[in-house]
Amino acid sequence: MAIVFEKPKALTDAVLHYCPGCPHGIIHRLVAEAIDELGIEGQTIGVAPVGCAVMAYDYFACDMIEAAHGRAPAVATGIKRCRPDNIVFTYQGDGDLASIGMAETVHAAARNENITIIFVNNAIYGMTGGQMAPTSLPGQVTQTSPYGRDVNHCGWPIRVSEMLATLEGPEYIARVAVNNVKNVKQAKKAIKKAFENQIQGKGFSLVEVVSACPTNWGMTPQKALEWVESDMLPYYPIGVYKDRTAAKEAAK
Amino acid sequence: MAQRVLMKGNEAIAEAAIRAGCRHYFGYPITPQTEIAAYMAKKMPKIGGVFLQAESEIASINMVYGAAATGCRVMTSSSSPGISLKSEGLSYIAGSDIPALVVNVQRGGPGLGGIQPSQSDYFQATKGGGHGDYRMIVLAPASVQEMASLTIKGFNLADKYLMTSMILADGTIGQMMEPISFEEAEVETYEKPWALTGTEGKRKHNIVNSLYLQPDALEKKNFERYERYKIVEENEPMWEEYMMEDAEICVVAFGIASRVAKNAVVAARNEGIKVGLIRPITLWPFPKKALRAAADKCKSFISVELSMGQMIEDIQLATECLRPVTLCNRAGGMIPSPDQVLESIRKAQKGE
Repeated sequence: MAIVFEKPKALTDAVLHYCPGCPHGIIHRLVAEAIDELGIEGQTIGVAPVGCAVMAYDYFACDMIEAAHGRAPAVATGIKRCRPDNIVFTYQGDGDLASIGMAETVHAAARNENITIIFVNNAIYGMTGGQMAPTSLPGQVTQTSPYGRDVNHCGWPIRVSEMLATLEGPEYIARVAVNNVKNVKQAKKAIKKAFENQIQGKGFSLVEVVSACPTNWGMTPQKALEWVESDMLPYYPIGVYKDRTAAKEAAK
Repeated sequence: MAQRVLMKGNEAIAEAAIRAGCRHYFGYPITPQTEIAAYMAKKMPKIGGVFLQAESEIASINMVYGAAATGCRVMTSSSSPGISLKSEGLSYIAGSDIPALVVNVQRGGPGLGGIQPSQSDYFQATKGGGHGDYRMIVLAPASVQEMASLTIKGFNLADKYLMTSMILADGTIGQMMEPISFEEAEVETYEKPWALTGTEGKRKHNIVNSLYLQPDALEKKNFERYERYKIVEENEPMWEEYMMEDAEICVVAFGIASRVAKNAVVAARNEGIKVGLIRPITLWPFPKKALRAAADKCKSFISVELSMGQMIEDIQLATECLRPVTLCNRAGGMIPSPDQVLESIRKAQKGE
C-alpha cells in the first residue's frame, strides 16, 4: 500500500506535551516539513524559547539549544556567527519575543542577522497559565487583566511584523495564521521561504504565526479558531510586510 | 629570551585571547574595559574572526552562550554593572556545562557606583551572581603579564572543566602598561563532541540545555557538576607566597591590592617584623590549603582589599577561624597606600 502521509523526519518520536487543540503541533510540523523538503536537517541548529515551546529541543531532530527567556535571537546570532554555513532558527512565543526579548528581536532584525525566526503569536502567556501578553487584544480577559485589557492602564498590543518592517535591516517579514486549511498552506509557504532566504544568504526572515490558545482563552479548540478569525486577524492582518528581494524585483 | 612588548592590561587580555584561539568576541561598551573591545574590533576582521557589539550586556552574554555551544572559543568582557546583567547568561552557561571566558575589569559599586578600580565583585564572582548552584573559575591577575597568561589559562581551564572562567581584574591593571611576553602560556585543545555543529545525518541530535523539569534529574545534574568542581578544587588552586618562610603575620591580597601589600611587607621587614604575603591567583578555587598551613605558623592574618571586606570571609573559613583576621581596606574606587597596609601590619605585630 502506498504511504500517503507520514510524520516529518525532522521531528523526533517524542510525544508533544501541548494541550489538546493547541496549534503548536501544526506549526512544529510546518517547520519540520520545510526542513525535510529543503534537505537541511543535518545542517540545522534550532533555538528553543522559554514558554510553551520550551521543550521544542526534544521535538526537533536537528541539533538544539535552549535559550533564556527572550534571548533566542541573541543565542542564534552567536551560533550563526560561529557557524555561518549552518541553518539557524528560533521558535518563540509572544511573551518571549515581543516582551522580554524585544531588544534582541529588533537588533537581530536591524543587523539583518541571517537567521529564521518562527514567532507564534497567541496573544497570551500559555506556559505560566494565561497572563496578559504584549499582544493580548484590547479588552482581552486574562489572569492578569481579569477585567479585560485596559489600554489606558497597560498600553496597546504590539504589532511586531508591522514594526519590524519599518527597519532597513530585515529581508523578510510575514504574518500568517493557522486557523484553517487555506491559511495553514499559506503559513507553510512563508515558513519555507524564511528558511530558503537563509540558505540563499539573504538575511533575517521572520514569520509571525497567529495562533490560538484554547486552554488559556477558555474556549473549545473550534471556538478558539473562530476567535482567531473574528478578533485576532482584524488586529493582526495576514500579509507580507517586507520582502526585500521581491521589492527589488518589482522595481526592475 | 622571550620577546617582550609593552602593553596595556586590557589590550594584553585581548591579544592573549586571540592567541588562545578565540575568534569570537561579543561585548557592550562600559568603562574601564573599553580597550578590550576596541582591540578586538580592530583585530578580529583582519584574522577571520568576529567582533560584534551587541545591543546590551544581556544580549552579548547570550551570544556567547550560543557561540560556546558550537564549540568555539568565545569571550565577552565588561565591568561590574555590566557583569550583573550578564549574570543571567552566566547561570545558563553553567547549567548547560559549556565553556566560556568572561572578563570583569571591576569598578566601584553598588549601583552605577563609579569608574575607579575596585575589588567589590569578589562575592559576585566567587559565590554566584546568577541563580542556582554553580561555580566559575575565577582568576585574579596582579600584572599585565598575568592579564595575558591567565587569559590563555582561563580558556584552557574552561574547555577542560566545561565551565566559565572569569578574569577578575580591576581598573588599575586594566589601564596599566607593562612589558610582557606571550610565550609562556601553552594553548591546550579539547575534543567537544557535545557541540552544536549540525548532525550531518550521522549522529543523534546534540542538545545544549539547562532545563530539567524532573527534580531527580536536576539533582543528579547538580551532583555530577559538583563532582567536577571537586576535581577543580583539588587540582587548580593557584597562589603566590612571598616571604612566608618565617612569617608570623600573613597578609592576604589579590590583584592590584597585592602589589600595594608587597611594598608594605618589604617595608615591615625593614622594621624587623616577620611578615609575609599570600596572593591568591585563583579566587575560586580559593587556595584553602595554603591558608590553612599558614594558620599553623602565623599568629594573625590581614586581608587587604579594595572592598568593604569580602575575601576576608574566605580567609576565616580557610583558616578555620584559628587566628584573628583583620581588614585593611579602601572602597569606592580608592586604593590603600603602602603606609596604610604597613600600619595594619604594625598593629598586628602589637597584637591589636
